Amino acid sequence: MNDFITKLTSGKIRVVDLTHTLSPEFPSISLPPEMGQAWPFRIEEVSRYDERGPAWYWNNFSCGEHTGTHFDAPIHWVSGKDVANGSVDTIPSRNFIGPAFVVDCSKEAAKDADFLLTKKHLLSFEKQHGRIAGRSWVLMRTDWYKRAGDPAAYQNYDETGQHTPGPDIDAVKFLVEERDVLGFGTETIGTDAGQAQHLRPPYPCHYYMHGAGRYGLQCLANLDQLPPTGAVVIAPPLKIQNGSGSPLRVLALVEGK
Amino acid sequence: MDSDQGQRFLLERPKRKNPVLRTRLPTLPPAARSRIALGLTAAAAMGRFELQQCKDCGTVQYPPREACQKCLSVKLIWKILPDGGELLARTVLHHSNDLFFRERLPWHLGLVKLDCGPTVVAHLHDSVEKRVRIKAMLDRAGQAVLAALPEKEVNVAEDRQLREFSCDPKFRKVFITDGKTGLGQELVKKMASAGADLIWVGHSEPWKKFKGFDELAKIPQVTLLPLDLTDSKNVREVAAEIGAKVDIVVNNAEHHRAFGIANRAGIETARAEMDVNYFGLLRLAQELGPVMRARGADGQSSAVAWVNVLSIYALANFPPHGTFSASKAAAHSLAQCLRAEMRPAGVRVVNVFPGPIDDEWNQLQPPPKVTPAALAAAILRALQDGIEDVYPGDVAQEWLARWRDNPKALERELSA
Ligand SMILES: [Zn+2]
Repeated sequence: MNDFITKLTSGKIRVVDLTHTLSPEFPSISLPPEMGQAWPFRIEEVSRYDERGPAWYWNNFSCGEHTGTHFDAPIHWVSGKDVANGSVDTIPSRNFIGPAFVVDCSKEAAKDADFLLTKKHLLSFEKQHGRIAGRSWVLMRTDWYKRAGDPAAYQNYDETGQHTPGPDIDAVKFLVEERDVLGFGTETIGTDAGQAQHLRPPYPCHYYMHGAGRYGLQCLANLDQLPPTGAVVIAPPLKIQNGSGSPLRVLALVEGK
Repeated sequence: MDSDQGQRFLLERPKRKNPVLRTRLPTLPPAARSRIALGLTAAAAMGRFELQQCKDCGTVQYPPREACQKCLSVKLIWKILPDGGELLARTVLHHSNDLFFRERLPWHLGLVKLDCGPTVVAHLHDSVEKRVRIKAMLDRAGQAVLAALPEKEVNVAEDRQLREFSCDPKFRKVFITDGKTGLGQELVKKMASAGADLIWVGHSEPWKKFKGFDELAKIPQVTLLPLDLTDSKNVREVAAEIGAKVDIVVNNAEHHRAFGIANRAGIETARAEMDVNYFGLLRLAQELGPVMRARGADGQSSAVAWVNVLSIYALANFPPHGTFSASKAAAHSLAQCLRAEMRPAGVRVVNVFPGPIDDEWNQLQPPPKVTPAALAAAILRALQDGIEDVYPGDVAQEWLARWRDNPKALERELSA
């Protein structure tokens, strides 16, 4: 621990912020209009050194559990509804920190917005960087986060819905069943691909990860600043009673430059 | 009496504003009216010309009064009356101690003998001759005045004097808060063809390209703006960007779902309706209201009108769309507050109460439904004609009549 503290205080361990700023204009998930909708982030001023509160500035904000950079708990999905300790307030806190394996799919995603990460792709990642350890985060780097300033490009809708990259069914099953990961993280809105409702089962990452009690991180930023292996991710969601997820600050600790 | 008709007025595009000169402050014509005289205003607000008629002897009364001028009966009933009359005399005011008229001299007035009996003082349209028709309009103080028009159809908004009573979009800048709907797109077309100089069109969730986007973007007067009335910061920024130029706001953004209380669990849908329909109006009014009030007398193309697209369900709850009705009732109440706050600047708040609009959220409502094109036309007409309460379409008219007759009966009928 002393070694860690020394490295941290001396700057030998860098802290990388993997979080987007919560703002009203950050694109939020949208479902068909007849369905219930998550609140986008909204903020209202309470006072700003004025007659409403002369010496202080503060705001009220509102948002859904799945707004901005956020954490998905197992009970978010129907497949995980009966998972023990499946809500953000009951997940063991040691699961909020873990090593990260960052799979670079940026070239593929640039070529094909509907790119699906396959088991084959993961195996070749392992060949190069070593086996994905149990109880670790697998983060899919696509550089999609760079689109966040342009909501239309970030959401990438056309008349058939959203087109964003994500994992395919075998990749998810492999990570859950053969690698026992903590969870899966993406830079897009959703741990699943934009067109994942057409996979069988629909939204396989939500379905298998949460069904097996694993977690999701979405709308991550700056994954291009992480090494393929060796980073540690700190991702504790807000302790919302029976919460299905939460916006959060995600940090990564990286040793070296 | 003076028969000077002066120079014929032609509405021309105003020159660009001289930024060195102080913006004139709004003044209002005399606003005080007795409670009885407000009967004329209530009718004029809907574009009707009504006077009291004695139930006992049939005498038509003017000005409005407590008892019949002929038989002293107190049974005086407001009625829509024939609007024809004869111009007996005309005069031109060259002097006035009233600040409003003082700034608008010379002003043409006339004495008109109505076919239905009384003789009235009326503001004259530029091209009146012997035979006239009387139109009740609201002046900038929101009070009824009588205008004498020629018998042929005219656009009162193109008349130098009567334009003061209208909110015509010609050469004005219009802000339509939602271009994604059929109504929004029809409004844009109507305002463009009525001669609006600039039309800002809001659209929420800019990542969802909507049907009609390309057509809107092609209209030369149109500027599309990402706008979400639930986002205070966005509303503030848009108001800051365009507020000082907006002459007419049409707030047609709404959130509409077809639920009552029992058939939708939770409050999320109702809250979303309130957030757009009520709080959205509040946000917009807080950000745009002050700057529009400051421009109530900013030359020929001053800030003139604020249109709220409400719903006939604002008057009485329609249980199949129960939470939507409630949000529109809240918006209606707030619009009354807005009206009180905008009136000192002469900016008219026009409330529109359509019946079901022929759109996706009224899919299961049986016809008749008001089409977006007809609704947009009714809004334009209200602006040009000096009306502030608009009940467009058969359903709205029928509900209004039932509501005015007996609100309790309407409540019962709607809950059946
Ligand atoms: Zn009488």
